[in-house]
Amino acid sequence: MAKEKLFEVKDLRISAYNDEKVEIPIVKGVTFDIHEGEVVALIGESGSGKTTISLAALAYTKPGLHFTGGEVLLRGKDVLTMAPLEQRALRGANVAYLAQSAAATFNPAITISEQVTESAVLHGVLSQKEATKRAEVLYHALELPDPSRIGYRYPHQVSGGQLQRLMAAMALCGKPDLMVLDEPTTALDVTTQIEVLKAFKKVIKEENAAAIYVTHDLAVVAQIADYIVVLYSGEIMEQGPVEQIINNPSHAYTKRLMDAVRPTPTAGMGVQVGDEHDRDVPAIEMEHLTAGYGGIVDGEPVATILRDVSVKVENGHVVGVIGESGCGKSTMARVMAGLLPQAKGHVRLEGKELEGSLNDRKLDQLQKVQFVFQMADTALNPKQVIGDIIGRPLEFYHGIKGKKKHAKVAEILKMVELPAEFASRYPMELSGGQKQRINMARSLAANPEVMLCDEVTSALDSIVGANVIKLLTALRDKTGVSFVFISHDLSTVGSFADEIVVLYAGRVVEQGPTDEVLSPPYHPYTRLLISSVPELRIGWLEDTMQKREMAVGIARGVEITKTGCPFFNRCPMAIEDTCDVKDVPIRELKDGHQIACHLTIDQLNESEVHAQQVLHGYEKIGIDKPLETG
Amino acid sequence: MTENTAKTEHKANEEEVIAKLDAFAELPDAPPKRRLKLSWVGKIAVGIVVFWMAVVVIGPYIAPFHEMDMDGDDSFLDAHSNEYGTFYLGTDYLGRDTLSRIAFGARNTIGISVIATLLAYCIGITLGIAAAVKGGWTDMIISRINDSILSLPAIMLGLIAIAALGSSVPILISIAAIIYATSVFRIARALGQDIMVQDFVEAAQARGEGLWWIIKSEVLPNAAMPLATDFGLRLVFVVLFISSLSFLGLGIQPPASDWGSMVRENLQGLVYGSYAAIWPAIAIATFTIAINLIVDDISAKSGGNLAKKMV
Repeated sequence: MAKEKLFEVKDLRISAYNDEKVEIPIVKGVTFDIHEGEVVALIGESGSGKTTISLAALAYTKPGLHFTGGEVLLRGKDVLTMAPLEQRALRGANVAYLAQSAAATFNPAITISEQVTESAVLHGVLSQKEATKRAEVLYHALELPDPSRIGYRYPHQVSGGQLQRLMAAMALCGKPDLMVLDEPTTALDVTTQIEVLKAFKKVIKEENAAAIYVTHDLAVVAQIADYIVVLYSGEIMEQGPVEQIINNPSHAYTKRLMDAVRPTPTAGMGVQVGDEHDRDVPAIEMEHLTAGYGGIVDGEPVATILRDVSVKVENGHVVGVIGESGCGKSTMARVMAGLLPQAKGHVRLEGKELEGSLNDRKLDQLQKVQFVFQMADTALNPKQVIGDIIGRPLEFYHGIKGKKKHAKVAEILKMVELPAEFASRYPMELSGGQKQRINMARSLAANPEVMLCDEVTSALDSIVGANVIKLLTALRDKTGVSFVFISHDLSTVGSFADEIVVLYAGRVVEQGPTDEVLSPPYHPYTRLLISSVPELRIGWLEDTMQKREMAVGIARGVEITKTGCPFFNRCPMAIEDTCDVKDVPIRELKDGHQIACHLTIDQLNESEVHAQQVLHGYEKIGIDKPLETG
Repeated sequence: MTENTAKTEHKANEEEVIAKLDAFAELPDAPPKRRLKLSWVGKIAVGIVVFWMAVVVIGPYIAPFHEMDMDGDDSFLDAHSNEYGTFYLGTDYLGRDTLSRIAFGARNTIGISVIATLLAYCIGITLGIAAAVKGGWTDMIISRINDSILSLPAIMLGLIAIAALGSSVPILISIAAIIYATSVFRIARALGQDIMVQDFVEAAQARGEGLWWIIKSEVLPNAAMPLATDFGLRLVFVVLFISSLSFLGLGIQPPASDWGSMVRENLQGLVYGSYAAIWPAIAIATFTIAINLIVDDISAKSGGNLAKKMV
């Protein structure tokens, strides 16, 4: 070994005890080690014990868990047997922990710099002055904008991706021996994920830091880790250098995880629907819809989220709505469901005007449009049994009662591939994927025409999520229900939807059949989204970051504008004095494919080459410099 | 190397893992139902409460004397017997049997408190949930009225009301109910507001459900547990409130007995080394502490969520 061994886990065992005091092993004899400057990825699904193992590096277990065997050595010293005071000194100083959600980690009432430097100063590693200086160096390394001043801001004044990077600065400030990163990019949009991954990779290299990287996403691991440990149910399935695991996995479980990695979205992924469910009028349609929150001033809401959106959902079709968080995807579904009245424009159900407010809609209209909430955990009443949850729409809309209701509930449970016995269980007694099925079953029970699915797979593990998509596809074929499928994950949408609507800052930038949207010519934003989906290939991150579109697209954030094209400031092909001020023309292509862009179709086709062009010294593209046009 | 040993160790059960994985995707075992189990302290507390409840029901029938019989040899005596019977806990300042007065007093003290607390809950929950669900002006008006009642000290309010209306059992119950309904209102409103913004309530609204159905099926079942826990606490406050009013001479009027007035009446006995004031005090203490212990036990078992909601 060229490098020194920094951290060793030897036959680590962690157990929980249930009410009957029976020992339930959570981690069952795990052994691996980390050398100086090495990033080791712990990968597995939820329940695999990956977070539990990573927390052991801090000599910490979640309440109810106990160390029952093995050693955790940091520079040859067992952290588990240390005195509590020693452990306290260790945490934050020698081993730093990065939680999944930066938004929850930062205190909103204290400036960023104070929080970043706090642990280093508290542990006496650095003086306040040195720590502030070091923080600034780290801000530079993490490519944060305005590094000398960002520390004086409050957490809500920076973007989510920036906050995530600031958390890395917080961890690195005290020059720890080891960093523990717990799913730091899982909750982020693809474009933000790239920005964070790139910054993490750079800073880890520059600081020569060692890290444990916990995730379930193999594609992410391929970009950042040196060594991979594959876990299932608290046991190591396979471990080895990243090249070996990614290119030549030997364990069946690893192969299965690799299958669950979403393929890069390309043309041909979409499902072509038959025309058996076709009707003359679209199932639901929105015309020139403007909606937002707050009071209405000059005919526009104070916070306008959606601006002039026109989307049609044909009967029996699946329309995928895609965009980064905050682009108005959920708002669109809420307007359709009547949860948020629109400020301007029309919503029509089967050709008939729908009232904006819930109270003004008729019962049969409510029944035909069903909303499936994102979080099954909160969308199901914990005090009602599954039978009541699914039975209520049956009774409410269709007057089905008693034995008939019972039989119908069993039938619906079967449709979502759950046994009829589940009717007597409470939501708490179900797994996450099962709850999501119940959540959809409740909407199905209403016998709707349109189902609005808001990020229904986002909170699920990749394997479980894939099963839910499979189920949705089967349901569509069986029932002829139209789906509006909202997601920030282009691959999921691409594999399920017939048509895709790409939203950016509350406007539709591109829409059309899946195959058309996922093949050139692209709207520049669609292309940015597509190329941001991580590939299961070592070195992908570096290759992608070299491209012009990434350099421009990642460097800047979303700005909601009233005039011109909202994507102007992140577009590699933006034309000044045109894109930012003039109304965007809609270019019509075949099969109803529309692109909202100032560039003509020919120019868009040409720009393909330009955007893929590899830039040397792309960092030079300053945030304030005007961009040359293609 | 470690990786090689790890591989050989697990190679054998590779198929097993995949088989397990497939089975899991289809149907994992449901976690066992959570049952409420009390600790031994909780069990003892339940025993004490059950004991006092039994005294409420059958106390007057098994008591050796009537609460008003002055059959003792003298006042403030220790345990003794005479031709009328045995005075196990001695006599009070009028020579009445302390044990019998406690047995009779349980009905007044506990009975009045339970009725007053139940009444407070009916008023508080109805108004609290109404304020939470309706919001806007309804909430504003009810909440401000509630705040103004809350701003007055409970005992002071009780004293003024009794001075104006006189002291009788119905009035005592009404006053206690109104005073304690204010804090129940606060909790019910906070709980209601919390639940009203949950996704499952929004799902019901999107379905077109009426307000009453939402309250009955979505809000109340979720508020029931924290409210039930709070009931125990509130009951204790009401017991103490009634006792303190009695202590001041404004509660239950003599010669009827209740624990609070028994403490006051017999206070002077302490000087003579009599336990007559101590016994009713112990009765109050055991009952209230036992209820508190049960409440603690339930909240500990049902997790921190409840504790958070209570604050």
